[in-house]
Amino acid sequence: MADIARSFNDLNFLDHLSTGNSFLHRLDPRVKLLTVMGFIFAVVSFPRYEISSLLPFFFFPAVMIPLANIPVRYLMRKYLFLLPFAVLIGIFNPIFDREPFAFIGPLAVSGGMISFLSILIRFTLTILAAFILVAVTGFNGICLALKRFKVPEVFCVQLMMLYRYIFVLSSEAVKMARARELRSFGRKGQGIKPYVSLIGHLLLRTWDRARRVHTAMLSRGFHGKFYMRRPLALKASDVIFCLAWLFLFIVFRLYDIPAVIGEILTGAVA
Amino acid sequence: MHMADALISPAVGGAMWAVSAGLIGYCSKKVKEDLDERKVPLMGVMGAFIFAAQMINFTIPATGSSGHLGGGLILAILLGPYAAFLVISSVLVVQALFFADGGLLALGCNIFNLGFFPAFVAYPLIYKKIVKDSASPGRILTGSLLAAIIGLQLGAFGVVLETLCSGITSLPFTTFVALMQPIHLGIGIVEGLVTAAVVSFVWKANPEILDLKASTAPSPIMHARQVAIVLLVAAAFTGGFVSWFASEHPDGLEWAIEKVTGKEELENAYNIQDALAQLQEKSAFLPDYSLKVSEAAAAQPGQDQDPRLGTSVSGIVGGFFTLCLAVLVGFALKKRSAGSW
Repeated sequence: MADIARSFNDLNFLDHLSTGNSFLHRLDPRVKLLTVMGFIFAVVSFPRYEISSLLPFFFFPAVMIPLANIPVRYLMRKYLFLLPFAVLIGIFNPIFDREPFAFIGPLAVSGGMISFLSILIRFTLTILAAFILVAVTGFNGICLALKRFKVPEVFCVQLMMLYRYIFVLSSEAVKMARARELRSFGRKGQGIKPYVSLIGHLLLRTWDRARRVHTAMLSRGFHGKFYMRRPLALKASDVIFCLAWLFLFIVFRLYDIPAVIGEILTGAVA
Repeated sequence: MHMADALISPAVGGAMWAVSAGLIGYCSKKVKEDLDERKVPLMGVMGAFIFAAQMINFTIPATGSSGHLGGGLILAILLGPYAAFLVISSVLVVQALFFADGGLLALGCNIFNLGFFPAFVAYPLIYKKIVKDSASPGRILTGSLLAAIIGLQLGAFGVVLETLCSGITSLPFTTFVALMQPIHLGIGIVEGLVTAAVVSFVWKANPEILDLKASTAPSPIMHARQVAIVLLVAAAFTGGFVSWFASEHPDGLEWAIEKVTGKEELENAYNIQDALAQLQEKSAFLPDYSLKVSEAAAAQPGQDQDPRLGTSVSGIVGGFFTLCLAVLVGFALKKRSAGSW
């Protein structure tokens, strides 16, 4: 129960963040989408045993999170909530890949440990990037960007409708689940029978609601398209933002910067 | 079953993005033609329903764990395959963005695994064949159960193939399959039972809902050709991306393509691949890089890590330094931006 309410609140909060008014929020949604996709693409393009080259990519969240005024504690909580999943998908590497790969002093590190660490880093980076994207763009911004990238109108309209009604139907679902909880004792009453009639009724109500919404939209002249108050227009700052980050990602991808720094710091020249 | 970005290579992610984007385009066209564009809001609200329904759990008898509706199959039953595919895709988009449930680059994979199989395989080829036009609780139960199980088994197998092709995990194929398939057998049974129960409930309460999409089921022949084209495009794209990014496990990929498409398409794919590779050489985006990688690979077949062994200590020092720098930059910006932006 606490779970349901929490994931609903999470959604609300993330949506609320996207209404901020920082420099990043004002950027064109298209460049933000492109930048984040470029980031993820660069991060996952490293081979399996890469760790040090991945680290410079932390500059992206480190710069974006404070600039966008995203509360770090909130992000950390969301991240920690997802971390067990990352461990689960990576934990097989140390089990199956036991060959010694590197030595830290007398300590041999297996290839599996290295790739496990690499997976955790990838996971952290890609998840942060996705949250940053939503927090500074908002869902409608992303839909508009998709539309301008020639994603079919049907799909975009549908996405926007879906998002709009998530809030309505989720709060209804939260209420229903709470009502069921209050009427059941322990596990009793939480089984499949009441569940089915709960979901079934929710579905029938949703269907009716959808029809009413649809009729209301039609009677106000809807014919399958959404119009924007302001059309998107690229500004110089948008282009610079995108190109600067993409350039950095390419540099990070091509050069192992931590290794270079490490060689300078330890005085070891390979 | 949602795949994360961490286990995916750009080659696989990009190829599956292309495939899923193609399917979304095709389904959008179909929905526009068949279902009447103005019904699109209905689809959106149904997607929101799936979301809301996933928030409510039930306890599974005798196991102590709880389950919820996955939703792919029920959407296909209520909306027909094309609309259902679009709705599932958009649910996955929202899940990826707001809950990090599945990665953004992995979105193509997830849409394919969780959308294509229920909407275009399980529903038309299994559920539809069993239930036909004469719905009854028994038929709905058998149809949903079989369709959900097979849909999820295919999806789970898709996850296995896509993950192994990406080459980030060390999990051997047999172990991975032995892990994934039985788990998803259980999930499939639960999903099938719940879907059947909800569909029967709706059918009793308001049977006309189930007739909405009667005219929009795809014919299997079109469907087979569609699959072949999609796989061909996937093969070509995968090939192109692989030569570009020099994935360290091309053999796994070839194995998968061969298994999925058979010999003929494979040869075709190679021709396209060659053409793509040439195109890329001409318009090389990262020429230095691809050169370096292929040289390194040629010099030490199978071992791309050796040169690093000696410098691992300086790598750790440098990495630590880089991280600290990133955190410092973050704090500095945080202080500065506290009031100003």
